[in-house]
Amino acid sequence: MGIQIALAGNPNCGKTTLFNALTGSSQHVGNWPGVTVEKKEGRLRGHADVTVQDLPGVYSLSPYTLEEVVARDYLVGEKPDAILNIVDASNLERNLYLTTQLLELGVPVVVALNMMDVVRKQGGVIDVAGLSRALGCPVVEISALRGEHCVQAAEEAIRAAQAGQAAKPQRFDDALEDTLGQIEALVSPCCPPAQARWYAVKYFERDSRAKLDGLTDAVQAKIEAVIVSAEDAADDDAESLVTNARYVRAAVLARAAGRPAGQHRLTVSDRIDRIVTSRVFGFPIFAAIMFLVYYISISTVGTMMTDWVNDVLFGELIPPAVEGFLVSVGCADWLQSLVLDGVIGGVGAVLGFLPQMMVLFLLLAFLEDCGYMVRIAFLMDRLFRRFGLSGKSFIPMLIGMGCGVPGIMATRTIENERDRRMTAITTTFIPCGAKLPIIALIAGALFDGAWWVSPSAYFVGVAAIICTGIILKKTALFAGDPAPFVMELPPYHLPTVKSLLIHMWERAAAFVKKAGTVIFLACAAIWFLQSFNFRLEMVNAGESMLAAIGGVLAPVFAPLGWGDWRAAVAALTGLVAKENVVGTFGVLFGFAEVAEDGAEFWGTMAQVFTAASAYSYLIFNLLCAPCFAAIGAVRRELGGKWTLIAVGYQCLFAYAVALCIYQYGTFAVTRAFTPGLAAALVVTAAFVWLLVRPAKRPERKLQRAAAAE
Amino acid sequence: MKTLRELKPGETGTVVRLHGAGPVKRRIMDMGLTKGVSVLVRKVAPLGDPIEVSVRGYELSLRRADCEMIQID
Repeated sequence: MGIQIALAGNPNCGKTTLFNALTGSSQHVGNWPGVTVEKKEGRLRGHADVTVQDLPGVYSLSPYTLEEVVARDYLVGEKPDAILNIVDASNLERNLYLTTQLLELGVPVVVALNMMDVVRKQGGVIDVAGLSRALGCPVVEISALRGEHCVQAAEEAIRAAQAGQAAKPQRFDDALEDTLGQIEALVSPCCPPAQARWYAVKYFERDSRAKLDGLTDAVQAKIEAVIVSAEDAADDDAESLVTNARYVRAAVLARAAGRPAGQHRLTVSDRIDRIVTSRVFGFPIFAAIMFLVYYISISTVGTMMTDWVNDVLFGELIPPAVEGFLVSVGCADWLQSLVLDGVIGGVGAVLGFLPQMMVLFLLLAFLEDCGYMVRIAFLMDRLFRRFGLSGKSFIPMLIGMGCGVPGIMATRTIENERDRRMTAITTTFIPCGAKLPIIALIAGALFDGAWWVSPSAYFVGVAAIICTGIILKKTALFAGDPAPFVMELPPYHLPTVKSLLIHMWERAAAFVKKAGTVIFLACAAIWFLQSFNFRLEMVNAGESMLAAIGGVLAPVFAPLGWGDWRAAVAALTGLVAKENVVGTFGVLFGFAEVAEDGAEFWGTMAQVFTAASAYSYLIFNLLCAPCFAAIGAVRRELGGKWTLIAVGYQCLFAYAVALCIYQYGTFAVTRAFTPGLAAALVVTAAFVWLLVRPAKRPERKLQRAAAAE
Repeated sequence: MKTLRELKPGETGTVVRLHGAGPVKRRIMDMGLTKGVSVLVRKVAPLGDPIEVSVRGYELSLRRADCEMIQID
């Protein structure tokens, strides 16, 4: 059995950099069981038998945020052999607050003191030996950025693990120690001696997640009595008493180490921030940065690279080469078609977005690492939280205008899980680049290329996001206390090239993996359905299984005005890539080659559709389930269950909106009352009710009432 | 009772007590806004909410509604 070292520390303290320095390329990235919090582990460089487990960055081990629960469940339940606690020396007091909690877990602790260069630049010093004495554990000075002393710190942790000497908890004030001692005596028969202090504190805080099996009701009642008498004596609740005592202790430790944090200094970073988030320049600067991100990644550099991959690599280079090879080995027609049309066509369409995404990820990594991303949340919070979104939701939506896949992947930067889900569900409502041909087709064929069709698509997209936010916020799935917006604004700093590249690569690799599995299979399946009939003979799309499925589905869409099976089939092929909708119409209407906007068959379209049904078709395709690549991205970010919820909601919402558009549009022309119109009225009423019904949030109200006393 | 919400940018106060309960309160305390600590209000976001404060040597942003839970003198 090897040694397990857990890496714990605050967010923004250099933990990821340290982890990379310790493990190099031997990392394994996954998710913690049951949640979408990222789990990273790797082998320590030069020590094959030592595993380093990276824990989520947390400020505390309270039971409230997902990251904190994940970290403490691991620390208490799986008991690593040692904890390497990385501490930001330039922010000693708040970092030591977490340290006081880690010292109580009954596990050996080693403190790695990072960012000493920042302290020295500010003219400060830290008494490392004194801090080590006061904490009762080894303290190693490191520089994660330059990779200095990182391995020494890890080796110190290995020694501590081998010695097996559990860290000593810090002492609080006498009254609190007395109370904790009484509880410790009550819980100690039920837990390992090293964890008695931890459980005593957790029971004192009335932490509902800390449960000891052997504890009888009688003992629990005794504990409660101890807590109440302590609370009465101090005139404060138990949780506050412990938190206060910890910060008092952290302040004493910081002062003893020569680094009190009492004064409010004005640093260079503060001066930058004064301008960047100021009333006058805040939004203009924000707009300029967003424009740059969009311009570089979507309009210019990224698109040039993506066009090259799509048109040259997957257009002129790979397909002819593969075709030549397949012909030369005398491969069957159907296999050629599978490889060329199904696999290379489908996966190529998806991988084509990769260069664009890599440029984008690089820019996002920069915004994130330099500290601007949290300022965006600071600027936009007020606007977005009204619809249950986060201030950071703006970035995924902006990127979603280019492509929904990187847009959804950009939701990674939203820490709060509920906000992240909501953003991922709504991001693809914004028309992406691949939906523009559909807009061009409908606008050209039915509306004489009217100027308002395209802007209206964006308007509907934004309205859909706002309505979805308001509706879903009130459902049980998203109900509850709004996420506390209590957020650290770390100082600005220039990120290193290496960390940016690692960041970018991690996300790009995740996407490539997805394209190689789920998207690959989905593309092959759609190819199979549209190339064969039920006797498994190769036919053109009009006689294929997909056409038969379209025929079955068509009546479902009749209330939306497009019960034509060809429209249903075209919408289905849009799942591979949205621009396929136009091409499929071309094939089904009997045109082999069509322009991107399908100008050749505008006349045929005008016979099949009316203005109302065409607009309904357009809106349905804009709002319904996105392409497989985007669904794959949602699955990667949210997991399987939430992907079903997201896709189900999007289809339902698209259906309802398209129904109303067609029925009202038709009524405006014909003035005839139909069952369809009645259905649209019911849907509209339900929609309005969902929008205006009161949200259930009694807990929060009580809290406010208590605060107002 | 004066709360953090009433402080203007540039003003400093000392935390006397935290009201309320639950996750938001715990989160505020975890971030170092505990009894006796000195808080400086740095600025208000351009849309009027949230605010930025300086506490224990670092910068923190909070919504005004949550600031009502923090009693200062």
